[in-house]
Amino acid sequence: MIRFLLRKFGLLIPTFIGVSIIAFAFIRLLPGDPITLLAGERGVSAERYEALQAAYGFDKPIIVQYVNYLGDILQGDFGTSIVTKRPVLEEFMQLFPATLELSICAIILATAIGIPAGILAAVRRGSFTDQSIMGVALVGYSMPIFWWGLLLIILFSGVLQWTPVSGRISLLYYFPQVTGFMLIDSLLSGQAGAFKSAVSHLILPTIVLATIPLAVIARQTRSAMLEVLSEDYVRTARSKGLGPFRVIGLHALRNALIPVVTTIGLQVGVLLAGAILTESIFSWPGIGKWMVDSVFKRDYSVVQGGLLLIAGMIMLVNLLVDLVYGLINPRIRR
Amino acid sequence: MKKFGSLLATTMLASMLATGAYAKTLVYCSEGSPEGFDPALYTAGTTFDASSKTVYNRLVEFKIGTTETQPGLAESYDVSDDGTEYTFHLRPGVKFHTTDFFTPSRDLNADDVIFSFERQLKSDNPYNAYVEGASWEYFNGMSMPDLIKSIEKVDDMTVKFVLNRAEAPFVANLAMDFASIMSKEYADKLAESGAMSDLNQKPVGTGPYQFVAYQPDAVIRYKANPDYWNGKEKIDDLVFAITTDASVRQQKLTAGECHVMPYPNPADVQALKDDESINVMEQEGLNVGYLAYNTKVAPFDKTEVRKALNMAINKQAILDAVFQGAGQAAKNPIPPTMWSYNDSVEDDPYDPEAAKKMLEEAGVSDLSMKIWAMPVQRPYNPNARRMAELMQEDFSKVGVKVEIVSYEWGEYLEKSKAEDRDGAVLLGWTGDNGDPDNFLAVLLGCDGVGGSNRAQWCNEEFDNLIQKAKSGTQEERAKLYEEAQVVFKREAPWATIAHSVVHMPMSKKVTGYKMDPLGGHWFTGVDISE
Repeated sequence: MIRFLLRKFGLLIPTFIGVSIIAFAFIRLLPGDPITLLAGERGVSAERYEALQAAYGFDKPIIVQYVNYLGDILQGDFGTSIVTKRPVLEEFMQLFPATLELSICAIILATAIGIPAGILAAVRRGSFTDQSIMGVALVGYSMPIFWWGLLLIILFSGVLQWTPVSGRISLLYYFPQVTGFMLIDSLLSGQAGAFKSAVSHLILPTIVLATIPLAVIARQTRSAMLEVLSEDYVRTARSKGLGPFRVIGLHALRNALIPVVTTIGLQVGVLLAGAILTESIFSWPGIGKWMVDSVFKRDYSVVQGGLLLIAGMIMLVNLLVDLVYGLINPRIRR
Repeated sequence: MKKFGSLLATTMLASMLATGAYAKTLVYCSEGSPEGFDPALYTAGTTFDASSKTVYNRLVEFKIGTTETQPGLAESYDVSDDGTEYTFHLRPGVKFHTTDFFTPSRDLNADDVIFSFERQLKSDNPYNAYVEGASWEYFNGMSMPDLIKSIEKVDDMTVKFVLNRAEAPFVANLAMDFASIMSKEYADKLAESGAMSDLNQKPVGTGPYQFVAYQPDAVIRYKANPDYWNGKEKIDDLVFAITTDASVRQQKLTAGECHVMPYPNPADVQALKDDESINVMEQEGLNVGYLAYNTKVAPFDKTEVRKALNMAINKQAILDAVFQGAGQAAKNPIPPTMWSYNDSVEDDPYDPEAAKKMLEEAGVSDLSMKIWAMPVQRPYNPNARRMAELMQEDFSKVGVKVEIVSYEWGEYLEKSKAEDRDGAVLLGWTGDNGDPDNFLAVLLGCDGVGGSNRAQWCNEEFDNLIQKAKSGTQEERAKLYEEAQVVFKREAPWATIAHSVVHMPMSKKVTGYKMDPLGGHWFTGVDISE
């Protein structure tokens, strides 16, 4: 198991360097530079432009810039935002818990509904239930997130007034950030109603963000289950006289879960991409919107630092997924 | 310990909010997060709304709702006869905010004023580079380093600015956001404790509201400054609920989750106007969208050709299609809310027949040209591509072929400056300080050729007028600018297209809100009825 872990960790290093090169090159390949964009119509004189280039180190050869950048990263310095003049890591740490909280809630929702729905569809293959579940999943999979979010807001917040429109908690509650997770912080604050408010603010964005992963998980579970259910050992288990719950729950599901866990792991990337839109609609103070704004402003340090941090998170999740495989399927450990 | 202190303070504040049933809270659904709280470091209006317009004051202030200036932290000022020395007499008894992170020991004095400017002017000032990449954009953009020779402390309550040349717009510059006055005592204290960057995170000013807390991308909290020199505000707590999507802001306003919102979608304005609980204010923005010909390249060096093309443009169609009602046709290069606007100027009429004839008379046939369309949305031009397409159609009716070109925004701004540029450029301008000089000299003066003067237009008569208008009283200057606008219209270096119309929806409970022609959002003098 230790060797397995070491091998997985060893693979992370070249991946990380690769991502750092892509992140560094990507934003520089886009036309336009932050200095001209910051000045806008007002413009900036040639001398001042050069002085600012030098101040940011953009006048050095690109390789030198990259090596300096990598050196800084290794010392934990992700640079300073050109636009806000604040350290990138500080901004990231402040915003990331909000994205994480929303993503966790969304993946829990997607898994909790997606897996049972997929099993049900597989067991009742070809029935009306199967077709309805897969129909809904197809719609969910193709849903334009932006439109879906606004639709839910207009219905549940506008017409029915069941949920708040946007934000993480009602403005009435005000307490210091301890963990950055609103559900936990609102409980810690001890203020009556704060937790309830935080939950009510989470409902719509969680549904919107969970929609696509839910559809994917349901479809994946269904096809994995169908495959497993036709295996010989399942037939054997059945013929042995085991009840349907035991057959499906214990024997079939455990093997069907491996591709499903892979899918769930892959959804982390989808979630972060979806978070960008979801966060914009619900004014959710996370890293999605922060990254998008920075690309538009060519805020080099935020884009490359942010990409690297996000990639790091995804790699960690993938590592975790690999570990979970090991638990589900001991053969992989070797 | 520090954490515990702020925890205690916030808990107290929270209980105050919960029990203080009579505390008046106004919620403003702002459109974005501020970049920071030191307005001199940034150029975005969103940042200014959250910092300079709430927390800070300036020596002179804009009279809210106009582009005129009035006394602020300086009760009065004298100008030397040659217009190069401005002496400001400070208002006595002005207190800086007392917050949980700073308690001032003295009132505002000359040291604060000098500190506020010297940190931007002098590279040896400890605060000149207190955050990485501090480049004092506006201070430099308004040419203050070239203009200011020295800033002198005459006595504790008197400060003298010595300029290198007479420049009447200087006073308006001092009312701009970058000229906000900071506490030197606070800055010194932060420097001592090694927390200089807090000047940009936890602002202390003299303004109507004081900073309480900020959660990035979520909420900014202020409370009324109890010691405000102009009297405490009627609102007790001011909250900026950061809501970036315009449709969501509208939902929050109609659901009563906020009281005031900026920048509605133009398509939603009618629905908001129909809502009985909502009041929609409107005003022309301090901007102009234009098409600048290159007056150095034939045949656009001929006034008749430019005039003829201007007459071929159907502005009303552009206003309907591009601005969707949120625009007003422009005839002058400055907007109507600006002093010295010459309303007696007659716009070129829309007359394709006459335009065709004029082109023939000028000996121009089979003309083909390029129109540059900006790749971004700006207040003065929400959809340049569409605008260019409409012009393409208009020009084809008078026999002129148009090719539409576009570049990435940074490249567009750079390339369009070239004196030998091929084609007419769609661009615009949003005013900085409400002074006509900021439009006419910057965009049309001879100095701007090869730079901000995209028409590459240098007209002696026009330039003399605007140079002369750099000094004198406002009345004298206004006369010169009015004349300059007549010359502009006669010579037609641009087709003036439109000024945007800004809508400001708010709950009918909100009273005393004034729209700022300079585009800021102020909560001074605003009240809310329960």
